[in-house]
Amino acid sequence: MSAVDHSNVNIIPPPKEVEREPLVTNNRSLGWISDQVCKIMEDKMPAWWWPTFIVSLMLMSVMFVCIAYLISTGVGTWGLNQPVAWAWDITNFVFWIGIGHAGTLISAILFLLRQKWRTSINRAAEAMTIFAVMCAGIFPVIHTGRVWYAAWWLPPIPNMYDIWPQFRSPLLWDVFAVSTYFTVSLLFWYTGLVPDLATMRDRCKTKVRKFLYGLFALGWTGSNRHWSNYEKAYLILAGLSTPLVLSVHSIVSFDFAVSQLPGWHTTIFPPYFVAGAIFSGFGMVLTLMIPLRTLCNLEDLITVRHVELMCKVITATGSMVGYAYIMEFFIALYGGNPYEQYAFQNRAFGPYWWAYLAMFSCNVISPQLFWFRAIRRNMIAVFFISIVVNIGMWFERFVIIVTSLHRDYLPSNWGYFSPTWVDIWTFVGSFGLFMTLFLLFLRYLPVIAISEVKGVTPQADPHHPLGGAKAGHH
Amino acid sequence: MAAKKKAASKKAATRKKAAAKKSAAKKSAGAASLTAQSSVREPANDVDLYGVMGVYDTPADAMHAAEKVRDAGYRRWDVHTPFPVHGMDDAMGMKPSKVGYFSFAGGATGYTVGMTMIYWMNAVDYQIVIGGKPMFSPFFAFPVSYECTILLAAFGTLLGMAFLNRLPRLHHPLLANKTFRAGATHDKFIVVIETTDPRYSETDTVDLLKSTGCKKIEFVEE
Repeated sequence: MSAVDHSNVNIIPPPKEVEREPLVTNNRSLGWISDQVCKIMEDKMPAWWWPTFIVSLMLMSVMFVCIAYLISTGVGTWGLNQPVAWAWDITNFVFWIGIGHAGTLISAILFLLRQKWRTSINRAAEAMTIFAVMCAGIFPVIHTGRVWYAAWWLPPIPNMYDIWPQFRSPLLWDVFAVSTYFTVSLLFWYTGLVPDLATMRDRCKTKVRKFLYGLFALGWTGSNRHWSNYEKAYLILAGLSTPLVLSVHSIVSFDFAVSQLPGWHTTIFPPYFVAGAIFSGFGMVLTLMIPLRTLCNLEDLITVRHVELMCKVITATGSMVGYAYIMEFFIALYGGNPYEQYAFQNRAFGPYWWAYLAMFSCNVISPQLFWFRAIRRNMIAVFFISIVVNIGMWFERFVIIVTSLHRDYLPSNWGYFSPTWVDIWTFVGSFGLFMTLFLLFLRYLPVIAISEVKGVTPQADPHHPLGGAKAGHH
Repeated sequence: MAAKKKAASKKAATRKKAAAKKSAAKKSAGAASLTAQSSVREPANDVDLYGVMGVYDTPADAMHAAEKVRDAGYRRWDVHTPFPVHGMDDAMGMKPSKVGYFSFAGGATGYTVGMTMIYWMNAVDYQIVIGGKPMFSPFFAFPVSYECTILLAAFGTLLGMAFLNRLPRLHHPLLANKTFRAGATHDKFIVVIETTDPRYSETDTVDLLKSTGCKKIEFVEE
């Protein structure tokens, strides 16, 4: 049999009402996809890259200076003190770890649900996960003050009295959850990268690049016998990451929910935290993707449809979060515990009313704007709302942690937390670390999963009417 | 399917044959000549050959070619594609991947290690009463054991995949070939039949690839 000529195949278009916008617009060819994605790494550095990178690098240095000051002087340089012994440190930790969750949702859960649109955003979202978890990991380590003892608190190593860490504490569960999450996310990300690193290896010109991409591509040849094992491994990793991501933020919420404190001791915390994490993570994905698709000319790969779909996830998870906020109040009222009731009344109308208002308006009201198609398709509006969502989610963690702590059972134990400049600049600097890593990723690794995007184009399917055709133009 | 099983048992025999074949596979010029439809690139004289490859432009063409190569009874051959082509496993007559066994072994180890570690540390080696809670309970030990399960299952999956694929590999004859490098990870679909295959013959194998409508056939040096 000779190769079938598909040039005059007559394809009957589907009826208008079931037609979907394609995942790769402008009918691009397979080769175009690798060329366009690799161009970001192969062309000269674009003009915007250096200034952004230098600012990020400076912010990152500020964070390290603040950390050095904190460690050399003591945790007194921060604003936290009794009764508010956890403040921005743990707020930032939960904030960053939550951001990571969208990456795993996109790479694992949407993969299991066969959502093909994930392919053009999963690589960058997974990178975001890894960098966000790195930022998150810094805060619980430095908040202990004497970080040089961290080795005895984190992994199970007996201390000088031969005592082991005790596994009845959710804080230790958290250590295992977060470190497993980081490791598995990294493995999953790397697995996805291998075929694309091979693409880079086969097309790069310089010796250094050829060596490094070649080394990390592990000798990948695109063999179908390899793909078969690879796809199975990828599916299993997705299956493992799904319960993992749900467990990680559940365990983070146990840090609070397992305690006896009014405002923390609630059973709604695990699902509420997970929904909030995905909500904030998608906010961050949009904040990164909207400038990225324009600056790197990836509009045909990260299409308006992709943005719209992410907006819908934000509305769904934002509504779940809103439901949790209201349900917490209802349970406090219905439960009849006066301390619980006071904690919630104080949360919304006490001295931190402004934080609660910021949280509620950013997280519950702003995502409802995405019910309107015109707003979902307006990139500037989406970009703005995605930032609002992240501001709101930071305030959510601040509200949960600080308002629950600042008024203890006896009024003699009441206080008010205000941050110091070290608090503020450590947090701001963590964005510098995040952006520095992300910009380096953008420059040296394929920002879009090339092989996966090729796989969802119509011409990739051998059984599609267009399947055999070498369709698309360059 | 059955052919593959046989291939495993006959591995040793195949290898011996392969060694003999290699000397035979030294190219004698003019064995396969250029035809009108397909261009066959001749290798230089006196080089060891790794195999012969046929380059296709579309996944459908490569898949139909794979079906033919499978039906012709070849064993040491492969299809190289820039992305996983669905349906290719059947077209090549491959069995389902065995990666899952490695994941299970990793996961089972992780859970056992987690539970045993917590039991030994908190209930055997150094007991401390905390809040009147029991020294050991599978409930409080679960979150950590669960994380250990996932961690080791993930490592099992990845290392299992690497083992089954015999990766990492620092050198591969195909990666030294320019046509292969320009296409296999970009936009070409390449069928490669190795010279170590018991059915390999310089003329018949090339004719087989030609019969699949392949436009570009090339010999790959070892």
